[in-house]
Amino acid sequence: MGTSRFQSSLAKKFIMAFAGLFLITFLFVHLGINILVLLPDTDWFNIAANFMASNLIIKVFEVVLFGGFIIHIIYGLVLQIQNWWARPHRYKVEGWSHKSPFSKFMIHTAIIILIFLIIHLINFYFRSKFGEMGEVTINGNHYHDMAALVLARFKLIEYVIGYIIAFIILGFHLHHGFQSAFQSLGLNHYKYTPIINKVRTLISIILPLGFIIIPLAVYFGNY
Amino acid sequence: MNIKLKIWRQKNAKAKGKFEDYTLDDVSPEMSFLEMLDALNTKLIEEGGDPVAYDHDCREGICGCCSLYINGNPHGPGEKTTTCELHMRSFKDGQTLIVEPWRAKSFPVIKDLIVDRNAFDKIIVAGGFISVDAGSAPDSNSILAKKENADEAINSASCIGCGACVAACKNASAMLFVSAKISQLALLPQGKVEAMDRVNAMVARMDELGFGNCTNTYACEAECPKGIKITNIARMNREFFAAKVVG
Repeated sequence: MGTSRFQSSLAKKFIMAFAGLFLITFLFVHLGINILVLLPDTDWFNIAANFMASNLIIKVFEVVLFGGFIIHIIYGLVLQIQNWWARPHRYKVEGWSHKSPFSKFMIHTAIIILIFLIIHLINFYFRSKFGEMGEVTINGNHYHDMAALVLARFKLIEYVIGYIIAFIILGFHLHHGFQSAFQSLGLNHYKYTPIINKVRTLISIILPLGFIIIPLAVYFGNY
Repeated sequence: MNIKLKIWRQKNAKAKGKFEDYTLDDVSPEMSFLEMLDALNTKLIEEGGDPVAYDHDCREGICGCCSLYINGNPHGPGEKTTTCELHMRSFKDGQTLIVEPWRAKSFPVIKDLIVDRNAFDKIIVAGGFISVDAGSAPDSNSILAKKENADEAINSASCIGCGACVAACKNASAMLFVSAKISQLALLPQGKVEAMDRVNAMVARMDELGFGNCTNTYACEAECPKGIKITNIARMNREFFAAKVVG
């Protein structure tokens, strides 16, 4: 009886929510590593970046991570297209959800974040994997000089502005997405949901702010 | 009061439809919205025109028939109000009111402001019931129900199936309605027996009928004239996952 396990609207929402929460945990790991670039000694950042690129366990997680991104994007698109089909004739006066204002713009913020992600992967991830990179020697070991690459990018005003805009948009996306994921997973409780709503506000401010501080510090500081 | 109206007119399900403008003078602030439409229809009939078709029945907020989308809100402005309970004092003198039918692929327009909400009945037919042995009335204490669950079930059962949740949702999702109908039974011992089959069947039927997916905007909860909570949707999600994993 019923639709298959992954075809149902509720199953798609479950997968979307699970992938979204997984990606949020990755953002915290990414921020933790990025912050190291602001240390006076950039060796720490280079060691961490190279560890993330070469460690076998991390490599397995990298596949899971890309899977998480792809699933979140594909399911997001499928759900959005179905939602557009569900109302072929729009209202003359569109309504508005006052309870979660950013919810109306999830697909729009998602597209901007996806564009940023592609640019970001080309500039850093693929460059470090396949492009020409400077090298540094730390304790006799040779590492890719990721720090030099990051610092050079963050000295370009257009990159700094683009980066800041992308992360403000990500904040909007997370503000709805975080609590929405819990609701989709069926986790709505009179005691804990108000806490989740406070955490979402914190996450949607702290995460983007953490990422934004880095290019600002590099651009205006002595790096 | 003087009221300017912009009303969706559509001859039948296949016709294209368009907005038409009307002006109504001497509208009493004490009139209900439907009484105002009655006055407009009387005027249209007297002038030899075609009266505006709209759904209505009990006119006291319990049947779920009235279904007008007024100035961007299902059932108009105001909280927990059906269109029939809405009064003209909610609007300003000289205000323009844009009146539209519910818009959803699963609720096709039949005529003017009337939509076919048969899709809701089809979802109920799929599993919104319990198969009880209709013998003699059992002792009221033979099946015990927790007071909080009974209260919650009654709250869920207060859904009148008007479709404002679908109309309000930017995705035309029916999940508030379906989850309320699942919850009212799942919360009580009598409903638990068939809970897994019920949630599977009702969600599958909802998907088949072309309703959109819930993206947790909570517009449905904000616009529901009976105050049905989105905690029902979370319960439906839990019931569904339990059914898929265990069932």
